[in-house]
Amino acid sequence: MSAYEAVIGLEVHVELLTRTKAFCSCPNEFGSEPNTNVCPVCLALPGVLPVLNRSLLKYAVEAGLALNCEIASFCKFDRKNYFYPDLPKAYQISQYDLPLCRNGYLDLEAGGGVRRVGITRVHMEEDAGKLLHSEGDAGYSLVDLNRAGVPLLEIVTEPDLRTPREAHLFLEKLKQILRYLDVSDCKMEEGSLRCDTNISLRTAGSGVLNTKVEIKNISSFRAVERALDSEIARQRRLYEAGGRVEQETRAWNEETGGTLVMRTKETASDYRYFPDPDLPPIVLDEQMVDRIREGLPELPEARRRRFIEEFGLPAYDAEILTASRDLADYFEECIKCYHDPKRVGNWVMVELLRLLNANNIDIRESKVPPSHLAELLILMDKGAISGKIAKTVFEEMFARGKGAAEVVEEKGLLQISDEEALAAIIDGVIAAHPQVVEDYRSGTKKALGFLVGQVMKQTQGKANPKIVNKLFSAKL
Amino acid sequence: MKLSRKEVEHVAMLARLALTGEEIDRFGAQLGSILAYAKKINSINTDGVEPTYHVLPIKNVWRKDERRPPLAQDDILGNAPRREGNYFRVPRIL
Repeated sequence: MSAYEAVIGLEVHVELLTRTKAFCSCPNEFGSEPNTNVCPVCLALPGVLPVLNRSLLKYAVEAGLALNCEIASFCKFDRKNYFYPDLPKAYQISQYDLPLCRNGYLDLEAGGGVRRVGITRVHMEEDAGKLLHSEGDAGYSLVDLNRAGVPLLEIVTEPDLRTPREAHLFLEKLKQILRYLDVSDCKMEEGSLRCDTNISLRTAGSGVLNTKVEIKNISSFRAVERALDSEIARQRRLYEAGGRVEQETRAWNEETGGTLVMRTKETASDYRYFPDPDLPPIVLDEQMVDRIREGLPELPEARRRRFIEEFGLPAYDAEILTASRDLADYFEECIKCYHDPKRVGNWVMVELLRLLNANNIDIRESKVPPSHLAELLILMDKGAISGKIAKTVFEEMFARGKGAAEVVEEKGLLQISDEEALAAIIDGVIAAHPQVVEDYRSGTKKALGFLVGQVMKQTQGKANPKIVNKLFSAKL
Repeated sequence: MKLSRKEVEHVAMLARLALTGEEIDRFGAQLGSILAYAKKINSINTDGVEPTYHVLPIKNVWRKDERRPPLAQDDILGNAPRREGNYFRVPRIL
């Protein structure tokens, strides 16, 4: 029986790329020596006063606007109380009943249509420290407080997602937007993006909400899909056996490919939220929000559409070229120096992306600046090099950071278009292969390919193919 | 208005306190009278009064996103009852 549908919601935490922590001036930095980015505020020493980092507020408003949220004119911070050694204060500074952003949405393109996924809220909070649990039964943990106080956004969706695939697409899209905004690097493997999911099943189309299960401990976008697939199967088995689903938190296990029950969750009232008296409320007027809105970069959706309309690119090309802001910027720089966007797009998508991926290099570290790529295309247009040679030249440019003309000269790769020089080589080839020439003359057209190939071989690929073909046609 | 034993045990669990049976009774009574006292405020009519989120008439206090040097590592770990390498060492809680 397959008449079940899944009801999925996500809770995503992203660490922000501010220079300092949320409420103190310690560096916000991944990968430092343990317990080095720590101050009295991080340690919760008596008498310290947290003060809000204004970049945190700005980034949060930017994210809220990009996710089509309403930005609250009044919001505040609350204390979420719990005892755990990852937070020395014994509470986390968070936002409870008055979050900064509400009622947003993201549109997913799925199956030819558009699926609108509601964003319930986006709020600001601080991260906790990191615990290392000892192996075996030694019975202790080690605490690193570098991450304690790092600014986070918590982004909560409505239960609008229906398949694990959609959940994955949503996360990809969210990550793309946050990276365009440059507010987070969203690296799940470094923990700068973390995702919990809620899932329940119901009879397809029934509209009811059944008991949901929360899944934690998911460490990649692919694992989100796998964990949801596994949980859907588990809940389906329970229902089909006439059982019921318990409301609980389960942990995903990457190795076994299944979920296991975690601790019973403390309920909201157990956290004893109350307004943080150390942090005064935030009152944003429309002007402040408008100023931030005006400073937003062009977002992926809009940029993709503009690439299609302004540059006449196919939808597929526009999608790939706007995948990241850096790539789209690179493309636009190239076409300032070269007239044909489609051609530039091909070179970027095929040659540049291939080499970047093969060498695992970020486009920002590429040794081929946009002006060099344009230079290469212009050399081809002038007939100075053939398309085939151009690929070799490009690889050299990519490896060594040299300009196109420089590589061509250094390696002696200039295309041979001199008809006299080519005619001499062609005569030699004709003389050396009388049988092939005979075949061609008696109608085996592909024999010409062999003869042209011989010329290319003798010129290390530098012969101008157009002229070689022309000369062969004349001579044979 | 004594708190029930169950309520006291729950609150004690959240605060990670281990209470004896006698303490549960004693604190139940004390907590009850504190709550009863605080409850007096419920008798005031607050219709049309804005909720108070902060007691001081201030708003929008923030700082520039500029780094300042953190503490030296030995000062950070200096007061820790237990230290292992560059980490705080704490009882395992899982």
